[in-house]
Amino acid sequence: MERIEGLAKLTGRERYVDDLQVDGALWGMTVRSRAPRGRIREIRFDPAVDWSEIVVVDHRDIPGANEVLLIEPDQPVLAAERVRHVHEPVLLLAHPSREVVRRAAHAIEIEVDPEPPYLDVSVPPRPDQLQRGEDNVFKRLRIEKGDVDTALARAARVVEGEYRTGAQEHVYIETQGMLAWEENGVVFIKGSLQCPYYVHKAAIRALGREPDGVRIVQAATGGGFGGKEEYPSMIALHAALLTLAADRPVKIVYDRGEDMEATTKRHPAIVRHRTGVDADGRLVAQDIDVVMDGGAYVTLSPVVLSRGIIHASGPYRCENVRIHGRVMLTNSPPHGAFRGFGAPQTHFANERHMDVVAAAAGLDPIELRRRNLLLDGDETATGQRIVDGVDRIALLDQAVDLSGWREKEAAHAELARTDPWLRRGMGLACFHHGAGFTGSGEVMLASRLDVAGLPDGRVEVRSANIEMGQGTLTIFTAIAAARLGLAPSEVAIAEADTGRVPNSGPTVASRTAMIVGRLVEEACDDLRLRLGLPADARGEEIRQAVREHARATGEETVGRAEYEPPRGVLWDDATYRGDAYAAYGWGAYVAEVEVDLRTWATRVVDFVAVQDVGTVLHRTLAAGQVQGGVAQGIGWALMEECRWKDGAMQNAQLTNYIVPTSFDLPPIRVHFGETPWPGGPMGAKGLGELPIDGPAPAVVNAVARAIGVAPTEIPLTPERLMDLDRRAEGRHARIA
Amino acid sequence: MHGSPELPLSFTLNGDAVSVEADPAARLLDLLRYDLGMTGTKEGCGEGECGACTVWIDGLPADSCLVPAFQVDGREVRTIESVDPARLGPLLSSGATQCGACTPGVVMTGLWILENPGLLRSHAIRELMAGNLCRCTGYDGIIEGIEAALGTRS
Repeated sequence: MERIEGLAKLTGRERYVDDLQVDGALWGMTVRSRAPRGRIREIRFDPAVDWSEIVVVDHRDIPGANEVLLIEPDQPVLAAERVRHVHEPVLLLAHPSREVVRRAAHAIEIEVDPEPPYLDVSVPPRPDQLQRGEDNVFKRLRIEKGDVDTALARAARVVEGEYRTGAQEHVYIETQGMLAWEENGVVFIKGSLQCPYYVHKAAIRALGREPDGVRIVQAATGGGFGGKEEYPSMIALHAALLTLAADRPVKIVYDRGEDMEATTKRHPAIVRHRTGVDADGRLVAQDIDVVMDGGAYVTLSPVVLSRGIIHASGPYRCENVRIHGRVMLTNSPPHGAFRGFGAPQTHFANERHMDVVAAAAGLDPIELRRRNLLLDGDETATGQRIVDGVDRIALLDQAVDLSGWREKEAAHAELARTDPWLRRGMGLACFHHGAGFTGSGEVMLASRLDVAGLPDGRVEVRSANIEMGQGTLTIFTAIAAARLGLAPSEVAIAEADTGRVPNSGPTVASRTAMIVGRLVEEACDDLRLRLGLPADARGEEIRQAVREHARATGEETVGRAEYEPPRGVLWDDATYRGDAYAAYGWGAYVAEVEVDLRTWATRVVDFVAVQDVGTVLHRTLAAGQVQGGVAQGIGWALMEECRWKDGAMQNAQLTNYIVPTSFDLPPIRVHFGETPWPGGPMGAKGLGELPIDGPAPAVVNAVARAIGVAPTEIPLTPERLMDLDRRAEGRHARIA
Repeated sequence: MHGSPELPLSFTLNGDAVSVEADPAARLLDLLRYDLGMTGTKEGCGEGECGACTVWIDGLPADSCLVPAFQVDGREVRTIESVDPARLGPLLSSGATQCGACTPGVVMTGLWILENPGLLRSHAIRELMAGNLCRCTGYDGIIEGIEAALGTRS
């Protein structure tokens, strides 16, 4: 089966929000703070501009609460008295001409009495930088298992390390945008988004409306990667406020610069490890401290931290584990959801550290991991017993074999003897990723999904989960068609419109195929039941019953499903003990890199990605998820650097925020173990995020082995690598 | 709209003669998308880095966000709207498109390679495609699709 909307995309016929042309629509624009923190003293409008022709909205025009409601209501829709980060929205403008509204935005001066910003989480805030409680901590979480202090005291070796990861920009190719209009008293908001019901919840709060007074509709969405999880609510509210003020449709589409400097990024993190091993290199204690930079408002930081610490000790067996995590308020634009959601940061630290531990223990990186990988029946840091039949050591062995590790190591040693400038190395990472919301999250979401029988005999899947390139339309179609014995062309997927589809939860957290896909199956079964058909009814029986039922009753038949956790999956939020996720994907990635000692540039020359994500639902789509995730991970590891100054991103353009091109990457070799997981549709587990957890540590471990340095921070740019080598001993620099 | 004078502009668009009044400084991208309603060509960065807005001008791929409209006067412009869907099968099967935002630009550059296979004597496909950023596929689906299409041709 080909991607459902593939041809529309290949021919340019797919309609994204900026492709929707509405008669009489105005262009909206956001006027933002230039200061990282302070009290708004005065807003000056340049008298040279004719303001009478421009719609201007400020916080006083918000009909409901001035809150972008998500986890906490701390983030204003428009700053009222104070600003807490650069590029914080203060005013909104609209005009029929995009050029006029852009120029008008530049003709407004927001005067701010500055207050001292807090921008560096590696040092504690000074009293005059405090903005939340006594320490600017948004959220503190801990995981405790066994007796870490005693185990460390008795360990044969204790190895310490500190690792840092930088912010990462999503660079979805379609920038963010929203179109809003009012129709029969209902505010419609349509645009680029991952979570229609998040926007809906925020909109009824800020617009002060009943749930049916607002309708959120997804337009074709050109990539998300988490970047369109929470920020679209902000833009949606801005477009809605302008449309209410102007009584005309209003479209806001960010240009690349605005998108990069104002919207969320991956949380920067600092992770410290203190690890005890016994004489055989077996882990006896892991003491881990995680600090993340949350930016100016809470947004999703508590749950990013949660996923980060739960994955921080890696896919390893250890009786004594202590993980402390905190996410801090700073005066950066809020950091937020990005594919992996906290886990890539902690996996980078852990897997880089494992190579350091291996060296200290006198083992090679493969052997250290073989001795410590979780076996079926072992427990994770939260005490979750892993019994899913996946052979994690076999995955590692397969990745090592496919990469040609042993032969290549010999060739690399030869290269180092014979070539003055080029060095090559192999690097490895083992990792896991929990699918679905963390802990009791899925139970609280209580997702619902419908499959309706249409009068013409087809069925329609109604869910709030959206297509953003990852393949939702195709996967849902395939699941429903298989479950009911229908052709894919007999399955329609409803537009994600909160006025038409139930809340099946957000399109995030590797949950769509596994959790919502399972709901598609259950709703198909329920439809069959409501049609009065036996459980094995398929194809023509379904078609006929659907048609007859519609003829007889004049109504469509709707099969319904609601999430119930798999039996025996238990989580305790108070103690952070139990089954953190219903299922995990497992990965073992190997990178081969080449470092040029003249330029300090690192090139990835080969990459092997082996993973087990249960049954693979669609080969091409699944491989594409892995290859795309690996590419983003390589970018984060080597080149994607947000440069900050006084809380503002300095390189908010694709000219100097560098993402990998086709010429920067080797073919990504993808292999799947396929141990079916009975809780998922046709045995599938979540896949989308796993592939971004492994590349950064694999690549950096390879660089470390190529030239004999010990990098601890990404992105490992040429500049950073050169400095690192000079600080270490300057060996290569002297040669150069 | 910009307050600057609009000038008459004539060019060939996908084989048809087009005459418009346009701000000569307007971007070709905006002229195509907003004035002529041909929204298949996408904006990704507005500064010639990502290639999402790739069109052909006189047979060569160009970033339409960097081309002032007056520069196409008397020339031949070809956009994604001109592409025969029947040619796109290999790209569909290989997973060359995911979110689709970079895709029209990818297709226009890919088509340029297909119609000028001599380029491959001196350049790899990965090198020729390096002006089209894709954030979804990791490029393997794109490269494989173009390879498959080349195979179909020969």
